[in-house]
Amino acid sequence: MDMIAANIIATGTDPDTGYDSFRLGSFHFHRDEYFAHIAWPQGTHIIEIDRFLRAMVRDIGWGFFYGWIFFDDVFGTTNHYGTVDIFAGTYDAGYKAQGTDHLETFSAEVVREAFETISRNWISEGYDPLNSPLETGSPIGPKGKERAGELTRGFIAAERMLGLPGDADVRTEAAFPINRAFADLEFDGPVIECEPGFEGQLHAIDLFDHIARSDVTWNPSITAVTRGNICCVTSEEHMLPVIHGNDRNEWFIQLTDEIQWKIADKVSGLPLGKITMRAGDICAMPADIRHQGFAPKRAMLMVMENGTPGLELRYASGELKPYPVEFG
Amino acid sequence: MAYRTKTGSIDAYTKGKIELKDDLRKYAFSNVFEVAGAAAPFERVAVAKNLEYALEAMRVEGDSPWYAAPHDEFAIVMEGEVTFNFIKLQDDQIPGHEGGAARLGARPNGPAMGRVIARRGHQVLLPHGAAYQLCSARVSVVMVQTVAGPETVERWADICVLEGAE
Repeated sequence: MDMIAANIIATGTDPDTGYDSFRLGSFHFHRDEYFAHIAWPQGTHIIEIDRFLRAMVRDIGWGFFYGWIFFDDVFGTTNHYGTVDIFAGTYDAGYKAQGTDHLETFSAEVVREAFETISRNWISEGYDPLNSPLETGSPIGPKGKERAGELTRGFIAAERMLGLPGDADVRTEAAFPINRAFADLEFDGPVIECEPGFEGQLHAIDLFDHIARSDVTWNPSITAVTRGNICCVTSEEHMLPVIHGNDRNEWFIQLTDEIQWKIADKVSGLPLGKITMRAGDICAMPADIRHQGFAPKRAMLMVMENGTPGLELRYASGELKPYPVEFG
Repeated sequence: MAYRTKTGSIDAYTKGKIELKDDLRKYAFSNVFEVAGAAAPFERVAVAKNLEYALEAMRVEGDSPWYAAPHDEFAIVMEGEVTFNFIKLQDDQIPGHEGGAARLGARPNGPAMGRVIARRGHQVLLPHGAAYQLCSARVSVVMVQTVAGPETVERWADICVLEGAE
């Protein structure tokens, strides 16, 4: 698919709700008090506005993440690391069968700017889509005063390890109090004792404390890197507001509590079943599925990613198998 | 509302379940406490693998051999309390193999760098250029983020759920 050289355009303001409508390429975006409406030449789609904004802001913050980000079963993006597809129905059997699916490719920067423009216009004060539903207001209703401050936050990326001099910081009490859901845990930092001459060369952090202080949900942030082996951690509550179809294998390590994952075929969306992960469980997410998590209580999750550049092409070509281990 | 956070240990973990109409081997579903509970002390059992990269589960009980790797590794303590001892290696002592931890024949010569005492939820840097040893007076569980190497044990058929089960 050729890349479309277009930028987002505001197409008007709804006189009743006050929200702007937008066009990017052939996609039109409009919202009312309850829903986001998406239209393209062959079809239209409607998404509940909270779901839409939670997905869109995370897609921006993740830099479109690895592979497919489905806002729901129909609409989403695919990251090609420099360019991004916006699709509607492309990976839905019904839309494909009816020929009403649509996909356009833009530069990643254009999509980022477009999604930021839409999000800023459609988010009012009192609502933060990165917070859990119990910790923020509602996005429904007419436009209010636009929310100030950063649209995305909490996307921490350590170069080597959190807390090392010159690297990303661990969260501290001053800015990030322990979340209510982890108030029952006791936190005691590691003891680091360096011999003279080796001060600063040993390092350790209280990782659970860092996660427990996160004020965002479903935002994997990098804590430690071994070559291309990336350890991310995140606090999860309520539901992952996207369905993720990775372009490579990844692993989930359940550090505390429970998350249930709905699993479906990546291309067709055909349901495959459910995985329930509890503390200590470890499970691969193969490269040929899509998954969506549900956390009844805020939980700590570790995600292991392989950040080796170009892996997406090796999986897509079939050079690499869509599952991570051989049983021999 | 008061929340109760659920963690796990070798003696008290509740494994989840995998209910899929798919080949369960693709998901390699295991539990780190179950794996460590069945492992010999200091076996480095792979519980996740991304091509050359690995996450190893280790049962820490007593004093481990000394290890070193040609890259950074990271340990997360999942249960118990572990003391990590470190010795600075000279350039010609640093393992030259491709990746992963190598077991050293004995405590290496070199200056002691110090130690880290870590408990559940702590993440520890095992830095490139240092040898390390793990010690615990009672059974503890650690996960090591690393490259699959000469000490990595792969026994997926033994550790993974291959039928939907509680």
